[in-house]
Amino acid sequence: MASVTYEHVYKRFGEVTAVNDLSIKVEDREFLVLVGPSGCGKSTALRLLAGLEEITDGTIYIGDRVVNDVAPKDRDIAMVFQSYALYPHMSVYDNMAFGLKLRKTPKDEIKRRVEEAAEILGIPHLLDRKPRQLSGGQRQRVAVGRAIVREPKVFLFDEPLSNLDAKLRVETRANISRLHQRLQTTFIYVTHDQVEAMTMASRIAVMNQGILQQIDTPQNLYDLPDNIFVAGFIGSPAMNFFNASIRKDDGKLYVDGGAFSVKVPEERIPTYEAYVGKPVVFGIRPEDIHDPNFAPPGIDPQPVEANVDVTELMGNEIFVYLNSGDHNYVARFDPRTSIRMGNNVQVAFNMANMHIFDRDTERAVR
Amino acid sequence: MDRLLTGIVVVVGVPLATVLYVAIIEWIVARFSFRVREKIRPILWFGPAVLLLTFYLIYPTINTIYLSLFNADSSEYVGFDNYIFAFTNNRMLEAFRNNLLWLVFFTAATVVFGLIIATLADRVRYETAVKSLIFLPMVISSVAAGVIWKLMYEFEPKGQPQTGTVNAFLTTILPDFTPQAWLVNTNTNNPALIVIGIWMWTGFSMVILSAALKGIPEELLEAARVDGANEFQIFRSITLPMIQSTIAVVVTTMIINVLKIFDIVYVMTNGNLGTEVIANRMYKEMFNFRHFGRASAIAVILLTAVIPVMLYNIRRFREQEELR
Repeated sequence: MASVTYEHVYKRFGEVTAVNDLSIKVEDREFLVLVGPSGCGKSTALRLLAGLEEITDGTIYIGDRVVNDVAPKDRDIAMVFQSYALYPHMSVYDNMAFGLKLRKTPKDEIKRRVEEAAEILGIPHLLDRKPRQLSGGQRQRVAVGRAIVREPKVFLFDEPLSNLDAKLRVETRANISRLHQRLQTTFIYVTHDQVEAMTMASRIAVMNQGILQQIDTPQNLYDLPDNIFVAGFIGSPAMNFFNASIRKDDGKLYVDGGAFSVKVPEERIPTYEAYVGKPVVFGIRPEDIHDPNFAPPGIDPQPVEANVDVTELMGNEIFVYLNSGDHNYVARFDPRTSIRMGNNVQVAFNMANMHIFDRDTERAVR
Repeated sequence: MDRLLTGIVVVVGVPLATVLYVAIIEWIVARFSFRVREKIRPILWFGPAVLLLTFYLIYPTINTIYLSLFNADSSEYVGFDNYIFAFTNNRMLEAFRNNLLWLVFFTAATVVFGLIIATLADRVRYETAVKSLIFLPMVISSVAAGVIWKLMYEFEPKGQPQTGTVNAFLTTILPDFTPQAWLVNTNTNNPALIVIGIWMWTGFSMVILSAALKGIPEELLEAARVDGANEFQIFRSITLPMIQSTIAVVVTTMIINVLKIFDIVYVMTNGNLGTEVIANRMYKEMFNFRHFGRASAIAVILLTAVIPVMLYNIRRFREQEELR
């Protein structure tokens, strides 16, 4: 059990800066998920912590100890790899016992820990098998088992679910959350899948192009994204963005998108007043656009004229692809809606959950 | 001009004959019913290959065994006399002893050095350059290698300027060193020859082992590193077991190689001064002494020695195929 601290960490591969001035403090027992598109530096950040890559500049601490020059084997960490990286010539038991044997743990202690881990993961009947005799899900569990028998200070996961099928992924996601509850240890988890991040993390760090974009709890990240990248990355379908401007009229503020003009809620007026007349990016999530007939109570609906391009029925909801003037956007409607392709309709934007971003800096205006 | 004509006839004629053969057998096959067709087609297709192999491989082998039971000019049956000769004659025993030396030291050294170089080269940026350099002797003909090493082992009496690289080097770093006639001195000539073999063949084993090393996923080594293994432990517990079957293939290839070792010895010492080997002995019996019986008996002995190694190799290969 230990905290992990990145302090102004850089990693350069020749001309490419994979990790750019990363500073994160991961609390003891926290479940931190590093998320971002591929090539954003999240895996590199994890590998720096594991000691598999050398830090170009900056400091990494595990607990109070600087680990910059500590070999991976002496960092007291365990890692689950995307490919699982099980030793193919060893049985499941030996795979899990390998790290303990290297540490000269007594034989009966090794046996106890391996069997206990196998019990937790539901694989005691597989201990004599070789990895190639296992299914993908079973291999994944062995990889996790190999990590937990070591009882490390920090667990690292590098996209451990991306090789599983969709159903198994959902199941394993819950298992990993449960494991975190049970072990009460620091987990650092890398994924490109924002659903994994949202469902498991106590905090999420969003990265893009080597730079940390925002770090916060899943709910805050969703409700209050710091910039356009985070706003667009978290949530599916992604948030809709419109190039627009703020217009002041009769003491009220409007977001003017050309083809539509929607009123800004009273309490946001002081926040956006400075942007009157300036170009901004207006953001609204698909679930904040409603069929007026099925809009929930307590929102701040503003009417917008739109043309229905395509509808996709998901069963519990309908994705409606709309356009207003040059703007194309998506809405999630109640499935009872009577809207059909080609209709000209009026939809309601819930302005209580609107977002405004500075068009130059791409940062949220708050 | 005649030769050119022959060349053209061969270049055009062989493919033409092949195509004609295929066309003819397919024409014949088409006359039969479907069931018969499927039975005779494979026989007709691989028939020629089997015939050729019979003439060029199986018949000579049987004939060699047959000749080994006869005297020098194959006129008189002598039973196992040639074999008794092969296992009792002093020169033959010397050859067996030397082949054993080759077998142990050449095989061990090529595989161990090949493995070490492959492992180390895997970690440096100039890997390709290193590997090309080590592989280079492999592409040199044995005769050229012989010339190179004659110069390397060149000897001048003590006090004279040393033109041989080995003696020159040793006298420079050790002022008291007495220059050696490496290829003449019976204590050093066999090792000196084996060194040439190692120099030529280490590249081969390195290339094969290097390919096997590259086949180990990087994440596996990283997992071991995180698990707490140092580089030596990784090599022993992960790398070695994973390339085990490749090592076995290289070892057996080297054994087959060394049992037939001939060229280096023939060029450097021609088996004189205690450096005789089996294959060179066979060559002498055949082409110098014209003793067909003895030469054949030695050939049969060599063949019998190689067969178990071959069988092992084939079995190993099959096992590996089944694992896939």
